[in-house]
Parts: sequence; C-alpha cells; structure tokens
Amino acid sequence: MSTQQAEPESQEAPEDPAMKGAESPAAEEQKGGGMVDEHAEKAAELEGETVHIKVFRYDPEVEGKQEPRFDDFHVPFEKGMTVLDSVMYARDEYDSSLTFRHSCRQAVCGSDAFFVNGKQRLGCKTQISDLEQPVRIEPLPHQEVVKDLVVDMDHFYDQMHTVEPYFQDEDTPPVDDLEEQRQSQENREKIKMSSRCIWCGACMSSCNIAAGDNEYLGPAAINKAYKFAMDDREGEEIKEHRLRILEQEHGVWRCQTQFSCTEVCPKDIPLTEHIQELKREAVKKNLKFW
Amino acid sequence: MSQSYNRGLIEDFGRWKEFSAGMWAWIFHKFTGWMLIGYLFTHIAVLSTSISAAGESTDVIEAQNDIYSTTLQGLEGLFLIRLLEIGLLAVAVFHILNGLRLLMVDLGIGLESQDKSFYASLVLTGAITVASVPTFLTGVGI
Repeated sequence: MSTQQAEPESQEAPEDPAMKGAESPAAEEQKGGGMVDEHAEKAAELEGETVHIKVFRYDPEVEGKQEPRFDDFHVPFEKGMTVLDSVMYARDEYDSSLTFRHSCRQAVCGSDAFFVNGKQRLGCKTQISDLEQPVRIEPLPHQEVVKDLVVDMDHFYDQMHTVEPYFQDEDTPPVDDLEEQRQSQENREKIKMSSRCIWCGACMSSCNIAAGDNEYLGPAAINKAYKFAMDDREGEEIKEHRLRILEQEHGVWRCQTQFSCTEVCPKDIPLTEHIQELKREAVKKNLKFW
Repeated sequence: MSQSYNRGLIEDFGRWKEFSAGMWAWIFHKFTGWMLIGYLFTHIAVLSTSISAAGESTDVIEAQNDIYSTTLQGLEGLFLIRLLEIGLLAVAVFHILNGLRLLMVDLGIGLESQDKSFYASLVLTGAITVASVPTFLTGVGI
C-alpha cells in the first residue's frame, strides 16, 4: 500500500480548532450557507442529552470535499445508542451526503467497521456511551478512502481469497456416494472461534505489518486458512497444500505478534494465537530428525 | 471511481497515543535490538584498539599506563559514559525480558496475558536499572 505519500494537511485536520464548532466551514461554502445554520438550529432545538461526533468527510468528486476534513454533528442521545445509530441519525437528519456502509446492524454482516476514537471497531457493536466525546469517527486506516467512511476493500477480499477459503476434498466421490461429512465435537470446538469471522477488515486495518507489506496475507486470511487447515474433515494432502500457502514469505512468518488484530477483532477471535499455532504447524511439517 | 485519498502519516506514528501494549512491546523490542547491535559493533571496535596498545612493554601494560588502559579509564571517569552504561543495561534487560515474553508467545503460552507480561518486563527493567545506579556511579568524577 502506498502509505508513504504523506499528506501533511490531513494530519492537522483533527486538531484544527476551527473545526470544533457544531458545523464545518467548508460545508458552508459548498452548500451556500443554509446547511450550517440548519445544523446549529437543530442542535439548539434538541432537548436533553446530545452526543458530539466528529466524522471524517472526503469526496474526490465533490468540490469542497476534496480536502479531507471533519464535520461535527450533535446527535440526540438515546439509551443503547451505537456509533452506527449516531452516524445514521446524522445522515438522515443533517446531511444526506454522509456516506458509510452498513447493513444488518447486529455485528454479523461486517460492513460497518470504522476507526472510532483511534481504534478499529464495528459501528453497530460499539455503545456510544462507552466512548469519550467528541467521538471521532474515521474510515479504516491503511485502506484507500473512496468517500467519507467508505474504504476500498478489494485488497482485503483478494487476500481472503488467496487462502482458498472453502472446504476442499481430495477427490469428490460420485454423486450417489455423497454423504454428510461429520465433524467431531472436539474438532468443532477447536475451529469454533476462527469460524466467527465476518470479513469486516478491522484486523487487517490495525496490523501495521499488513500496512507496510501489501503481499502479507493478513490476520483475517490466515485465520480463515486456520479454520480449514485445522478441520479434520479435510485430507492430509489438502492441509499440506494449505500450509504451503501459509508458510510463504508473506504468510504466517510476517506476523510479529503485536496483538493489534486480536485487540480490535469485534468477534473476539484470538487471531494472534491462531497465527502462532500455524507457525508451529509449519515448523513441525518441515522439521526432520534423522 | 475516481482517485481515492491517501491519509499518509496520519495512519502511522502520529497515532502513537493510541498504540496498544503489544504495539509498544514491538516498538521497544525493535529499538533495543538496534541499540544492542550498535553497541556490539562499537564494542568490537573499541576492543580491537587494544591490539596496537599490545605493542607496549609488559611493565607498561601491567602498570596500566598503555594507551588502551588510560583511554578506557579516562572514559570511565566521565559521568556521561556512566549514564550511557546504565542506559545500555536498561536496553539489554528489556530486550532479554521481552525476548522471554516473545518466546512464550511463540510457544503459545499465556497469549491472553501478553499485555501484562509486557508491563511486567517494563517494571522489572525499571527496577533492575534503578538498582544498578549505585554500582554504576561509584567513584565517578563529574
């Protein structure tokens, strides 16, 4: 990834005191002034507790938004409100151009991973009351920003597919002989956590090895490979094939156990542990005593 | 789709306040590792200067009047050098302790308390370093 091209302006954006109000000066220019007053009025009208969120805005196609900035929104607080709820409210009530991905709202679809107060989190799984205000909501780091909170996930998906994330059998029997492939309870327990991945990309975004090495498979893909490599129902040969992919230069050995991925995973998958286990598997496979 | 915006440095060290324990452990381990390599080569260079001093007569060397001994004794007399020695000890101790921590991580032992073991190695490093100060600072002229 070409993170080397530093854009000094962007670093100052969060600290810019001019942005601290309930509005954004750039938005004013862009929308002819009406927008901002509306914001301020609405914020004033709101009775009861509000939450202050600062949302990263950027759109290469809109003049006035080509320079990334933070927009402030004051959203009425409701008990149980999540970060996703707050940006949805901001979008529905204040600025319909605010763009982000979301779908199921129950931490299953993996669409709404954001960088919230400096940590990769799922918007729908993060209680806004747990966060320090103003809540800073940014797109995932180390991925190209397409618009506002939407990042380009192509590379992440490519890496996921590299590890062949599907069950493989050495030779599929003829249709008539097909039968249910049963898994032992112990084996199911072993791969249980790894099967919880929702492809949100939070781990990949938090990993600074993945940021510096574009070919590194990344925690999510390795975890996916773990799920299948540790599945007893797959044959020995397939497992070896999987380990061959994993033990390559940009595979498991790139992991330097910073535990960043494990810390941010919204599904609590012990990613580092799985990567370490695959490292040991790779060593065992290659160790020969003769 | 048009070009996307690259946030550059904002994603990297500018975020140091948000780094987690494991991240700091990694940074300190790299840093101390490079310090130790730097020290190793300096150490070899300094030791190799004794070869020229070895040309002196035995009496001079035994009386520690040769150029090698006098230079080193002169250096040892400097407060700054003593401070650097304490720093070297701290660096080495942290690298050893965190190295043990990483060994445990590699063996898959106690991964869920990896942050605690990092803090423990920091505290131990601090304690050992502080305890070493009297030893390193005896008889030093400022």
